[in-house]
Amino acid sequence: MSRGQTTKSTASLRHRLAERGIDSSLLMLVPALIFAVALFIYPFSYGIGLTFQPSAATQAQWGTSIFANYIAFFNDPFIFDSIWLTMRLALPVALFNVVVAVPVAFKLRHKFVGKKFLTILLVLPITLGTVLTAQGLLIFAGRQGWLNRFLLDIGLIDAPLALVNNYLGVVFSLIISGFPFAFLLISSYLSGIDPSIEAAAKTMGADWLQRFRRVILPLLAPGLATTFILTFVLAFSVFPSARLVGDAMGSTRVMALMAFRAFGEQNDYPMASTIAIMMGLVELVVIAVVLVWRSFMYKGSTGGKG
Amino acid sequence: MATQTVPSPPAESPDAPPDPRRRSGARAPGEKSLVAAPSTWIVWAGTAAFFIFLVGILTSVVVDSFGRPWFDSWLPENFVTSWYTDAWQRFGMAHIMGVTLTVALTVIVISTLVGVPAAYQLARRTFPFKRTITLLFLLPVLMPPITYGIPLATVMYNLGIGRTLTAVILVNLVPSIPFVIITMTPFIEQINPTIENAARMSGANMRQILTKILLPLLIPGVLAASILVLVRTVGMFELTFLVSGPQSDTLVVAIYRAMTAAGGGEARQLISSMAVVYTATMMVILIVALRYISPTQLVARVKESRED
Repeated sequence: MSRGQTTKSTASLRHRLAERGIDSSLLMLVPALIFAVALFIYPFSYGIGLTFQPSAATQAQWGTSIFANYIAFFNDPFIFDSIWLTMRLALPVALFNVVVAVPVAFKLRHKFVGKKFLTILLVLPITLGTVLTAQGLLIFAGRQGWLNRFLLDIGLIDAPLALVNNYLGVVFSLIISGFPFAFLLISSYLSGIDPSIEAAAKTMGADWLQRFRRVILPLLAPGLATTFILTFVLAFSVFPSARLVGDAMGSTRVMALMAFRAFGEQNDYPMASTIAIMMGLVELVVIAVVLVWRSFMYKGSTGGKG
Repeated sequence: MATQTVPSPPAESPDAPPDPRRRSGARAPGEKSLVAAPSTWIVWAGTAAFFIFLVGILTSVVVDSFGRPWFDSWLPENFVTSWYTDAWQRFGMAHIMGVTLTVALTVIVISTLVGVPAAYQLARRTFPFKRTITLLFLLPVLMPPITYGIPLATVMYNLGIGRTLTAVILVNLVPSIPFVIITMTPFIEQINPTIENAARMSGANMRQILTKILLPLLIPGVLAASILVLVRTVGMFELTFLVSGPQSDTLVVAIYRAMTAAGGGEARQLISSMAVVYTATMMVILIVALRYISPTQLVARVKESRED
């Protein structure tokens, strides 16, 4: 980007560059670019290069080709199954967050008493963080926690429910941290839709289902896609809660956990990078699918924020 | 929502007119609220369930952190504060809090200094490869932290700066700088460029425009962005965890390590009291934050609707 600076400063050339939008004030971009290249592009490319330099342990088990890490990734069920385990967590949770946030955001889009209070309550989980959420779930929903105690006392169940240290625990923790995000995002998209469009549909005699399907949903689709992607990314890279409230060696052995295991416990940096890069790829595939779905919906301007 | 810094009127205002009718129940024939009545109950029941979990989680951690002993009963037998003093000494909380604050403040200062000028250029100018550069700044925010965190941490360990404070600050800059750029770009776009042009006409150079014209106008936006970076940095687990060591653990990472320590971890109450300290810190930050920014900004870039 420093073309404007490195070229010989003959007046005409500088003028020609300035016409194309290159001049010395673009130097303001340089620090940010240096950080982006040094801390993101370089390590990332280095990581990709690393995946083709398998460690001795990997080579001993999966052959000496430079693709040994990838061979291991696809053939070792212990690692490969973690894709499915991650998906089984992240997809339902992201879908749930978006699908549930839509009606809630609809109900709460008008002004009413206590709206501010409710919004603040919804922001609260952001302050909890994954670690306190995990600790709280272990205590609250554990075998002797208030939830099981209450359900036992009113006679709804006979034995304490197993709500933590398994798949359900991670789902709860992901919903608690992800739902507020989805709600706040969808609220902001919803407030960007001109209410007169809906009013027009109403005038033409559309009932609420038609209005929702034919008017609101297409307008909201880009927002829904974005929200889904963001909550999916959040749930997909789940790692502390999968370890703390999940079953880290069983039903919630997610990819992030496998990547960290290779990195921190086995010190197999090439394998860790391989898993990390594959995580990025799997995530990109899901995002691409969502974006394709979105492109089939209404394509015009939505007036939505963001 | 405290939107003092937001110049546009709240977006729900166009909805206001139908409101009185809705509340009185005397609707025109055929006019219904969009979601039918039974679903209203489902929505409220769901919201209530969510809050029961939320409040339950929060209260049980707080009660646990004061309780001694608390086993098979609704409430602990005694309430004491000794867990806090124990945890403070046992984990060297003064040091951990110091590290957390140092990291957060350094990250805020660097990411603002680096991010705001870049955001200014992206907001005001067109130049070759602008889309590519924008994408480059977007990527770290969109990717799961582990994906780039592991290669980055590998590089840091190879360079020998693993487990140091520098490494923790550097990894936290990766998502923070793009985040500042993304939040500041729409903010700068909405500042009227004629103000700068007028200053330029009056003979101000770039530095004068920056310090005398833009900086005062940018302060609300910079404040909002810094608070968001603060929230994200204090809460950032994955990246910090990958490169931090015993001397450079931030609070979240220290709690996680205490929970997963070999041999079943520390006493539950010690961890609870640390978690309460963490949440209290975050709440203070957020209460301050909500004075300057709207809640939706916490989760996404919100382009203030310029069409109003």
